[in-house]
Amino acid sequence: MRRTLEPYLWLLFSGGGVVAALVLPVLVLLFGVLMPLGVLDWPTAGHLGGLLGNVLVRLALVVVVVLCLFHAAHRIRHTSEELLGIARFDLVVALLCYGGAITGGVLAVMLMF
Amino acid sequence: MKAPPAAYRPRRDHLWFARTRNYTIFVLRELTSVFVAWSVVFLLLLADAVLGGRLAGFAALAAQPWMIALNVLALAATCFHAVTFLNLAPKATVVRLDGYRLPAWMIQGGNHSLWLAVSAVIAFFVLRGFH
Repeated sequence: MRRTLEPYLWLLFSGGGVVAALVLPVLVLLFGVLMPLGVLDWPTAGHLGGLLGNVLVRLALVVVVVLCLFHAAHRIRHTSEELLGIARFDLVVALLCYGGAITGGVLAVMLMF
Repeated sequence: MKAPPAAYRPRRDHLWFARTRNYTIFVLRELTSVFVAWSVVFLLLLADAVLGGRLAGFAALAAQPWMIALNVLALAATCFHAVTFLNLAPKATVVRLDGYRLPAWMIQGGNHSLWLAVSAVIAFFVLRGFH
């Protein structure tokens, strides 16, 4: 039987879906809405720097970034093809989507380590 | 001699997603992924600002009205993603305990409790942490 990448991409997709569901809403709520609106004070740079100083936090952030980006890439690939009727360009769309996810992951690693 | 008939291609329905409510919700759910990607970019910008000593500049950017509007949309989209994705779990996972199949609401309830717990832990470390 011919082996394909598909199961691994689906694994990244579902893992990313779970991580995005558990982690992103609270982070967007805090940093994107409540702090900018002044409902909550911004933590000091020292406090946030201290959090990012922990190697486990940096590692977790890289995992979150990579999984979430692959989840998004997988959905954007299939949805754009269905919505815009561009399924015949699947190879190009897939390269753009997963390429974007890989680029984001590399940037995250470079930023954190 | 007649030319061979062209292969039949049904006409594409460009507005298929607007035909039924289920299709629209399906597409909206899929489009939450764009905001998932944006949220990740936003977090990377935040981390970059913290590590580069530019948190004040980032806070000013995040307080721009268009940025707040974008993040309110991102919050709605990531919550919609979370609810739909966590509710989907019983379709993908069948849990049997000694022949008794765990009902869907228990798996979904467990997922939503975990979501709440993880959110509380993250909020604790972001806002307070152990001094």
